[in-house]
Amino acid sequence: MITPRAWLPTPLLSLLLLIVWLLLVRSMAFGHVLLGAVLGIAIPLVTRRFWDDQPMVRKPWLLLRFVLRVLIDIIIANLQVSWIIINPWRRTRPAFIEYPLTLEHSFPITLLANTISLTPGTVSANLRMDGRTLLIHVLDMDDENALIEEIRERYEQPLKEIYEC
Amino acid sequence: MTHYVILEGVIAFFLIAGGAFTFIGSLGMAHLRDFYMRLHGPTKATTLGIGCMLIASMLYFWVTEGKPDIQEMLITLFLFITAPVSAHLLAKTGLHMQLMHVDKTRGKPLELYEEEVGEKPVPHPDKGHG
Repeated sequence: MITPRAWLPTPLLSLLLLIVWLLLVRSMAFGHVLLGAVLGIAIPLVTRRFWDDQPMVRKPWLLLRFVLRVLIDIIIANLQVSWIIINPWRRTRPAFIEYPLTLEHSFPITLLANTISLTPGTVSANLRMDGRTLLIHVLDMDDENALIEEIRERYEQPLKEIYEC
Repeated sequence: MTHYVILEGVIAFFLIAGGAFTFIGSLGMAHLRDFYMRLHGPTKATTLGIGCMLIASMLYFWVTEGKPDIQEMLITLFLFITAPVSAHLLAKTGLHMQLMHVDKTRGKPLELYEEEVGEKPVPHPDKGHG
């Protein structure tokens, strides 16, 4: 008996590959759906050895909400950074801060680092080798603890719920 | 006919917004003070700029060809994946080369200490620096 876990280790990745394939060929014909499905199953199986073993997505709906929130935050962050750049009287307060991670697996940490880079005036600069702290450069910082708290509850907590509860 | 005019206006708005955001991002790269601050412009403002342009493109081809086409979403997807990764790698390289940062930057990360060169791969035992 072959379990679905064995031939479909990453269902979300397979689905994403299928969607990307259909968008690339710009067609919804049955043949392309079939080919996309085969590719979506085959590519993760072939490349699985290169990946760390990934935690399963526990709550897909929360993931959807997280993506929407990040999209809105990207727009806000863009407006903020644009304003800082074009404001001739700007007084930026740049800072390096160290963000203590509570996530365990490498994939959610990657997601968190990417989210931080895309959102509020912050760029993740370095993940320490011990995987416990993330070095972040902030363009304009009020209060270090407030920022850490905001990142923790806006981004890290949802990611934790999605992947590791 | 009148809704064509409105759609033209919307498309033009998105094009101009996209151009403006991309320009501001490049401007930030040109004239912010140090390397780490310059990194912020291209990673953020440019993302929204490209997004606006792609929305304009999607709308235009939807109106002219009559059927929706979301192929451009792929560009956005790939951009969202690659932009933060390249920013992270650039920042990491900057830390490795120990590039200067402006004096008012608060917090001095371990990576920028002189004596830390060459000892990067070991886990840092101490926490709560700065």
